[in-house]
Amino acid sequence: MVSKDFIVKNKMGFHMRPAQVFVNAMAKYPCDITIKFGDKDINAKSIMMIMAACIKCGSEITVIASGEKETEALSEAAEMIESGFGEE
Amino acid sequence: MLKGIGASGGYGIGDAVIIEDANLDYSGVRYLGAESEKARLQNAVDEFIKETEKMIESLKVGTGEKESEILEGHLTMLNDPFMLSQMNDLIDTGSVAEAAADTVCRMFIDMFSGVDDEMMRQRASDVKDIKDSLLELLLGVKKTDISAVKKGSILIAKDFTPSMTSQINKENVSAIITEVGGVTSHSAILARAMGLPAALSVKGATESIKNGDKLIVDGFRGEVIVNPEREAISEYEKKQEAYIKEKESLNVYFNKPTVTKSGEKKYVYGNIGKASDAESVLQNGGEGIGLFRTEFLFMDRTTAPTEQEQFEAYSTVAKIMGEKEVIIRTLDIGGDKAIDYLSIEKEENPFLGHRAIRYCLDNKPLFKTQLRALLRAAAFGNIKIMLPLVTEVEEIRAAKEIIAECEAELKAEGLQYKSVPVGIMVETPSAAIISDILAKEAAFFSIGTNDLTGYTMAVDRGNAKVAHLYDAFKPSVLRAIEMTIRNAKAAGIPVGMCGEAAANPRLIPMLVEWGLDEFSVTPSAILQTRKTICEL
Repeated sequence: MVSKDFIVKNKMGFHMRPAQVFVNAMAKYPCDITIKFGDKDINAKSIMMIMAACIKCGSEITVIASGEKETEALSEAAEMIESGFGEE
Repeated sequence: MLKGIGASGGYGIGDAVIIEDANLDYSGVRYLGAESEKARLQNAVDEFIKETEKMIESLKVGTGEKESEILEGHLTMLNDPFMLSQMNDLIDTGSVAEAAADTVCRMFIDMFSGVDDEMMRQRASDVKDIKDSLLELLLGVKKTDISAVKKGSILIAKDFTPSMTSQINKENVSAIITEVGGVTSHSAILARAMGLPAALSVKGATESIKNGDKLIVDGFRGEVIVNPEREAISEYEKKQEAYIKEKESLNVYFNKPTVTKSGEKKYVYGNIGKASDAESVLQNGGEGIGLFRTEFLFMDRTTAPTEQEQFEAYSTVAKIMGEKEVIIRTLDIGGDKAIDYLSIEKEENPFLGHRAIRYCLDNKPLFKTQLRALLRAAAFGNIKIMLPLVTEVEEIRAAKEIIAECEAELKAEGLQYKSVPVGIMVETPSAAIISDILAKEAAFFSIGTNDLTGYTMAVDRGNAKVAHLYDAFKPSVLRAIEMTIRNAKAAGIPVGMCGEAAANPRLIPMLVEWGLDEFSVTPSAILQTRKTICEL
């Protein structure tokens, strides 16, 4: 199991478009991926759960990957979140 | 005559077509075993995706950009593997496909409805739309086929979902009527985007109107005339013709810059009272928001809105407007408006009393909550702060000091914010008379002609005996306006106007001549104002 903490940088947080991009990328990996946000554990492959969690700019989250290709999954997640999904 | 809310302008004459809600009761459906139920669900999902893709295709050919975006969102949501697996789990425990879809969708509807983000909350209606469509497909029931109605139809429904509005063929539909929803509802936004007259919240419409009834819909007043006399029909036909003509002449100005014939660039902005009104400013071609009245956030409730609530409202507007300017006026209340929890004392002369900036400077915690929310929201767009009812220069200095205090706090707390220009309303004779001095402290002026006229003429426009004196064309008011613009120009700060007078075609030539930069008007008057300016 690998995990990393982040602060969400892009202005709109995990709204529809970034959530979609993120989910599509995570779906490629066979491992279980979870976003820990406050006391919630969110399935990182579910756009509905991510949107319903309402993760905003400035929110602190932890991404946890566990299983096959967990390191690759976490590093791709990190790249996306840290680059603010290519948004401002 | 039936009365509702006028949510999309224009007049529609035609025959009633009532869109019945399909009966989605699945209590009689029998469980056919997990395998068959899952197969039924998968078929319905596949069918939903196919139909939605078809609708998106046809919308792209037409003009429904906004609806096709909404429908693409539906596809993304339903493609969520988690959502589907939850439904399948329920089927495994003995639910029929209908119950599984219904339960899981309702769970998300509840989750989305509960969040403190306006844009996310709207997703709840998307999920409801998905749920209804899935249930219709599973049960094999169909609503009236909206895309097949004949020319001259007026559609009546409890409410229109995105998948319903996306089937509307503008050629054949003359107007829409709903029983619920207001000017910011989904139906209203789409009706305006399609240019369809709409009367919403018409109570009991689906009961008191029969299929085939002749109807007239007045989308401005929200009125519906059932089986009208011939005279009424020809009267409304004439109105509709005149309206279309006028609208076409205005539409030319939608994407045009506001430039006078001599080449002076001006700006036409919109005035709003609620965050969701920002959409209508853009839909009417507004170049920014010249006045966001924040009082409405404080009304009809039992406690003051929190910093987070205010932040949501202000940042929503900032996000909607993007790079366009958003001028937000700080709380403008006084003894004439009853806000119980603020315990504002009743006064003999509320208009000359403890109100607006005076009240805020004396109630620092309340003022600071609003300023902190504004500074934080400013990080999401192009916000400017505007102080109401300024009468002397010390008020601007005091407010700016408090703003600096808020900034220092936000910085220390590590919260994201942005410093913004602080301007003032010029709406008192005092402010106009010392506008040269105020211009040194204010980043911009916005002339509020409604109060300026009242205070300058010393007249209460609600008092019929003196109301004739309330006129922005009185020489004293005109002098006050001219002087304010002249002093702003001399100091090199922008000057706008956000009262009703800014849209007055008789006053606009003078305002342009004096050098007014920005005209902020009610959203429906934006194009007419731009036309008037461009023709000078």
